[in-house]
Amino acid sequence: MARNREGLVLLLDVGPSMHRVLPEVQKICSMLIQKKLIYRKFDEVGIVIFGAEDTDNELTIEVGGYEHVVVLRNIKVVDGDIVEALQELPRGTVAGDYLDAVVVGMDMLIKKYQLTNKGKKRICLITDAQNPIKDPYKGTKDDQVSTIAVQMAAHGVRMETIIVRGRLGEDIDQRIVDENDHLLHLFSEKTSAKTVYVESPTSLLGALRTRDISPVTIFRGDLEISPKLKIKVWVYKKTSEEKFPTLKKYSDKAPPTDKYATHEVKVDYEYKSVEDPSKVIPPNQRIKGYRYGPQVVPISSVEWDAFKFKPEKSVKLLGFTNASNILRHYYMKDVNIFIAEPGNARAAIAVSALARAMKELNKVAIVRCVWRQGQGSVVLGVLTPNLSEKDKTPDSFCFNVLPFAEDVREFQFPSFSNFPASWQPSEQQQQAADNLVMMLDLAPPGKEEALLPEFTPNPILERFYHHLELKSKQPDAAVPPLDRTLKKITEPDPQLFSESKSVVEAFCKSFEVKENPKLKKSTRRLLQEKPSGSDDEGGYGDTSNALAIKSDESQLLAKADKIGDLTPVQDFEAMMSRRDNPDWVAKAIKDMENKICNMVENCKGGDNYCKALECLVALRKGCILEQEPKQFNDFLHHLFRLCQEKKLGNFWEFLASKELTLISTSEAIDSEVTEDEAKNFLVKKLPKLE
Amino acid sequence: MELNPDDIFKDDEDDSDSEFYQQRESSKEFVVYLVDASPKMFSTTCPGEDQKNETHFHIAVSCIAQSLKTQIINRSYDEVAICFFNTREKRNLQDVNGVFVYNVVEREYLDRPTARLIKDFDCIEESFMKDIGCQYGILSGSRENSLYNALWVAQALLRKGSSRTARTTILLFTNEDDPFGSIKGAAKADMTRTTLQRAKDAQDLGISIELLPLGRPDQEFNVSLFYAQLIGLEDDDAAQFMPSAGQKLEDMKDQLRKQMFAKRIVRRITLLIANGLSIELNTYALIRPTTPGAIMWLDSVTNRPLKTERSFICADTGALMHEPTKLSQSYKNENIIFSVEELSEIKRVSTGHLRLLGFKPLSCLKDYHNLRPSTFVFPSDKEVVGSTRIFIALHRSMLRLNRFAVAYCGSSFHPRLVALVAQDEIINAGGQVEPPGMYMIYLPYTDDVRLIEEFHSESNVRVPRATDDHIKKAADLIKRTYLKDFSVCQFANPALQRHYAMLQALALEEEEIPDTIDETLPDEEGMARLGVVKAIEEFKLSVYGDKYDEESNSVGNGKANEASKKRKAAAENAANESANYDWADLADNGQLKDLTVAELKLYLTAHNLPVSGKKEALISRILTHMGK
Repeated sequence: MARNREGLVLLLDVGPSMHRVLPEVQKICSMLIQKKLIYRKFDEVGIVIFGAEDTDNELTIEVGGYEHVVVLRNIKVVDGDIVEALQELPRGTVAGDYLDAVVVGMDMLIKKYQLTNKGKKRICLITDAQNPIKDPYKGTKDDQVSTIAVQMAAHGVRMETIIVRGRLGEDIDQRIVDENDHLLHLFSEKTSAKTVYVESPTSLLGALRTRDISPVTIFRGDLEISPKLKIKVWVYKKTSEEKFPTLKKYSDKAPPTDKYATHEVKVDYEYKSVEDPSKVIPPNQRIKGYRYGPQVVPISSVEWDAFKFKPEKSVKLLGFTNASNILRHYYMKDVNIFIAEPGNARAAIAVSALARAMKELNKVAIVRCVWRQGQGSVVLGVLTPNLSEKDKTPDSFCFNVLPFAEDVREFQFPSFSNFPASWQPSEQQQQAADNLVMMLDLAPPGKEEALLPEFTPNPILERFYHHLELKSKQPDAAVPPLDRTLKKITEPDPQLFSESKSVVEAFCKSFEVKENPKLKKSTRRLLQEKPSGSDDEGGYGDTSNALAIKSDESQLLAKADKIGDLTPVQDFEAMMSRRDNPDWVAKAIKDMENKICNMVENCKGGDNYCKALECLVALRKGCILEQEPKQFNDFLHHLFRLCQEKKLGNFWEFLASKELTLISTSEAIDSEVTEDEAKNFLVKKLPKLE
Repeated sequence: MELNPDDIFKDDEDDSDSEFYQQRESSKEFVVYLVDASPKMFSTTCPGEDQKNETHFHIAVSCIAQSLKTQIINRSYDEVAICFFNTREKRNLQDVNGVFVYNVVEREYLDRPTARLIKDFDCIEESFMKDIGCQYGILSGSRENSLYNALWVAQALLRKGSSRTARTTILLFTNEDDPFGSIKGAAKADMTRTTLQRAKDAQDLGISIELLPLGRPDQEFNVSLFYAQLIGLEDDDAAQFMPSAGQKLEDMKDQLRKQMFAKRIVRRITLLIANGLSIELNTYALIRPTTPGAIMWLDSVTNRPLKTERSFICADTGALMHEPTKLSQSYKNENIIFSVEELSEIKRVSTGHLRLLGFKPLSCLKDYHNLRPSTFVFPSDKEVVGSTRIFIALHRSMLRLNRFAVAYCGSSFHPRLVALVAQDEIINAGGQVEPPGMYMIYLPYTDDVRLIEEFHSESNVRVPRATDDHIKKAADLIKRTYLKDFSVCQFANPALQRHYAMLQALALEEEEIPDTIDETLPDEEGMARLGVVKAIEEFKLSVYGDKYDEESNSVGNGKANEASKKRKAAAENAANESANYDWADLADNGQLKDLTVAELKLYLTAHNLPVSGKKEALISRILTHMGK
C-alpha cells in the first residue's frame, strides 16, 4: 500500500478576495484528508497558503522572493493535525501570487521525493485567479509558465486547478483575469494539468474529487463489428456509486480497563434443520436449492457447472439502430465507457470514426457483452457516442445496460387525454406551467449549470464525514445539521426561487389542490411531514383506500335498510346484496313478503297487482340467488292460502298467466320441489278456486 | 457461488425497490383464469405468425401459459386456478354444468403454479377437445347459464382459507360480447340479472373481475352490451377501457399480457413544487433486473430446507450477544462509535418525498448520468385532488420545451438527486408501447463519476481523430448494419432461460434438459451479406490500410500484451520446471503434501488449472486432474 502512496500539496489562496469561499475550501480540503485517513492512510500531504500576511517557506530563505507564501504544514503522512490545520485556515491580507505558490509547492515535492514516486505527485491549486502575478526577472510570463510546466512534466507532477468565479465584483480587472486564464491554460497544454471553473460554493464542494480510485478495466479485447473486423478496446466503469462506508459492528462487552480490546463482533452462521433446531448441518452436507413454484429444486454444483449457461468472452455488435429507439429510461445500471486500446492509433481512429458517424446519423449501436470468461450471463447494452472536445482526450462510447424481456413490466396506464375534463389543465394553467418550467432554470445560458452531477457532492457522505470528525474530538457529539451549502442540493435554492417569485406564485395560484374529503383523517399520511419510509408504505396506502371506498359504499347503502313504498324492488335488491351482515338477506325476504301481502290484501285494482307481481318476481330471483328456495316456496303456499281466504282468485289467475311458479331443483339445488311439481302448482290449484 | 452472508442481510438502504420483485407471502394474489371455451372461441381466428391463422382460444391459452411462466419466476407465492366454461365435460366442486376446472396432480384447484402445471398446460390444446370439449352453454330454451356457473365456481375457488389478506382476481377471457344474445325476452333479462348479481356478489367479497376481451378488427368487442355492467365500469371508465383487437396476433397477445399484470405501486410520494404546493404521485418499478432468485440451503440427505441462524459473538470476551446497535469506524487510529439511530439521522437529510429544484434542457442529461434502473411516476388524485391536473400541465410543458426537472428524492431508501424526464405516450398497432408519465433517473454525484477519458491522456500528445473520409466509411457501415425493428426487451435473457429450463427439468425429474436458444447472438447470416461485407471491408481499408491483419495478429504491442506475454512465459517456464518432477509417482506415494505450494503451482500452471486456494485444495485439484 505504502508503495502507491500519493504525495499531494494543497496550494490555497487565502487572499482577501477569497475570504467568502474559504469556509467551503476548508470543508472540501478536510473532507479530502478525512477520506485519506480512512482509505489511504499512507498518503502524504502538505499545505501551502498564499496571499498570507507572513512569509514562511524554504525558497525565500534559499533564494529570496516568494513573499506571502506560507508552508502551513510540510509534506507528511496524513493525520488529524492536517485536518485541524485545514479547518482553521488563516485569513490573508494581500493579493496572492499563485505562480509563486506553484513553484514553492513543486520545490517541496521535488525535495521530498526526488525521483521516486513518479506519477503519484500532485499539486492542487485553489484560487480565484483575480490578481496579477509578478513580472518575471527575465522573459515573459508565458516563458516563465512554460519553464515551470516543463519542470513539472519532467518530475511527473500532476496539477489540478480549481478556479472560483462567479459574482465578479466591480473592482476586478477583466484583463488580469484573462491573462491568468491564459497562463493557467498553458499549464494544461504543456503538462498533465487540469483546470476547472466553479461559480457557486456548492459546486466548489464538488470540484475536488475526494475519492481516490485507480480505474481498472473490466474488459480488454475486441469489439467485434463482424468476424472480419475487430477493434481493440478497453472498457472501464464510467460511473459507480460511492457507497456509504461499511461500519464495523461494535461490542462494548470488553471491560473498560482492557486496553487491548478489539471491540470486534464476530458473526457466525449456522445452518440448522427446520425439524430439529438443535442439529447443525455441516457444510459438506448442504446443497443449494432454487425455488420453482412451491418446490425447492436442489442443484449440486456439479450439475450446475454442467448445465449452466456458458457464453464465450466477447463483445459483439448486433447492429445499429435509431437513437430514438432507445429511450433514456431503459438504462439499467451504472455506466461503462469503451475507449480504444491506449497506444493503438488505428483502433483510436476506428472508434473515433464510428462515434462521429453515429453522432451524425443519430444512431446508436446495440452490443452483446460477456466481459469475462466464465461469466454466467450476457449483458445487452447500447453504445452511444461520447465525443471529446479536447485534443488530448480520445473519442469514446458510453455503454449502458439495456433490459431483457424478463426485466420489463409493461403496465398500461390511461392516456392523459382520456382523463375527465376536470383533470385537464386550462390554457391559462398550461401557460403558468410553461413559465415555471422556463423560469426555474438551473442551466441559464452564459452561467454555470447548477447541480451538474460532476460538481455536486453527496450531501449524506459530507454529513457523515463531518460528524465523524466531530466525534473524534467529542465522542457524544450530536449529528450536525446539514450544511447551508449542501442544502442547495436537497432543497430549492432560495435565490433562484425568489428571482422568479412572480412566476412561482402565479403557478401556485393557478392550481388548486385539496385533500380528498372522502378520506378519513387517519388515512391521510401523505401530507404528513415525515414519511415513515417503511417497506409497507405501498400496502398501507392500498388498504387505507380500500377502507375509504368501503365506508363510502356502506354510507350509500345505509339508506336501504327497509323496504319502502316507492321503490320496493330496488330497496329489496339493495338489501339483498348487502354483505356487511348475513341477517340482511333474511330481513329483506321477510320485509318483502309482508309488503306483498299488504299489497295483495289492501287493494282490488289491477294496477297494484302488477306492482305485487314485480315484487314477487324480485323476491323469487333473490331467493334463487341466495339459495333460499324454501323461503320462497313456503311464501307462495302462504300466498295461495291467503288468496283462498280473501277470495282473491283474480290475483291468482294473474300470477298464473305470468307463469310464476315455485322454485324447482333445476334452479336451486336445495329445493324440494321438482320441475313438474313447480309447473303444475298454479295450474293444479286453479280449478279448485273457481 | 458461496453464499455471502452480507448479501442476505443487506443494509436497509440497499434496495427498497427489490421488494417489488421479491416474494412476500403477505402480499400474495389469488387469480382464477376463466376462459371461454365456446365453439366461437375456436372458430374465430386471426392471422398469426407465418400467416397461419390462430384461434382466439389459442391466444388466450398461450397468454396464460406465458403468464404462468412469469409467475413461477417472479411471484411464485401467488395461487392460480384455470377454469374453462362452455365445456362439454364438467369438473368442479359445485358440480354445475359447462364448467371445467383444469388441474394436474399434486395440486389443489387453486394453488401455486407448479412445474407440472406449466408443462402440461403448454400442450393443453392437443387434448382439449378429447378431454374437455367445447359446447355452447347458453342456449335458448334451456335454463343453463354457463357464465353464471363459471362465476360461481370461480368465486367459490377464491373463497379459500386465509383469503383475507390476499388480493383476489378473476380474469375473464372471452370473445362473446353478448353472451345472452341467443335468448329472447324475459328469460334473457332474467339470466342477465342473475349473472350480474353473481358478479356483484363476487365483487362485494373483494374479488375484482377483469375482462380480457378478444375482438377482431372488423367486429369490435362491444363492452357496453353486457360486460360493462358486469365488471362495473362507470361511464368514464368505459371510454378508457381498451378492448384488444389487433391486426396481428402478436399485437393482441401483447395487449393481453399487459392487461394481465396487476399494477403494483412501489410507493406513493409527494412532489413538493413550491410555496407549500405539493402533488401526489405513485411510483412504479417498470424496469428492474430479474434474477434467478435467492439460493436456499438444503440438507443434501433429506432435501429439506435449512434454517440459517446468525449469532453475534464478542471477539474480546467470547460472549454471545444480541445484534449490536453500535457500529464503529476506525479513524485516526481510534474507533469512532455510531449508534444505529445516529446513522439513520445522518441519512435523513431532507423531509418530504421529492422536492423540485428546477429545470434544465434535456441536453444537460448525459448518457453517463445513470446509476440504477429508473422509476416510473404517474399522478394520482386519490388523496390530493388536483394532482393530476398539475402533473399533466408540467408534463406537457416539459415535453414541449425539451426540459427535464431536477429534484431531490429524500426517501429513506435512496436519498438522491434525480432527474424527472417526461415521456409522452407512444401507441402503435399493438396498443400502448410507452405509457405517459415521467421517469425518475437517479443521478450520480461528483465522486461517482470517473474521468476515464482523462486518465489515459498523455501530457502533450494529441490523440488521433477520424478524418471525414473515415467518418463517411463508418456511416456507410452503420447504414448497412441497421436493425430495422429493434425494440428494447425483445430478447429473453439466455442465462435466465437456461436456469429455469434446468429447474423445470430437474423439478419434473426429466432426464434431458431442453436446449434454450440464445437470441442475443448477432445475426451472422445478415453480417455475411455482400453489401455488409463490402462496407466493412471499405471501412477497414480506410482506417487500417492493409495493416489490419498484422495488427490483430501481433501480440506484442501495448501493455496488455506485455502482461499476457509474461503470463505465457511463466506458463512455459512452469511447464519446463514441472517436467522435473515425477508427479504420478509423488501422487501415488502421497508425497504431494511434502512439496511447497510454489512447487504445486508449477503443475497447475503447466496444465492451465486455477492456482487459487489452500494447499489441500491445490493437492486435490492436482489429484482430480490426474484422475486419481
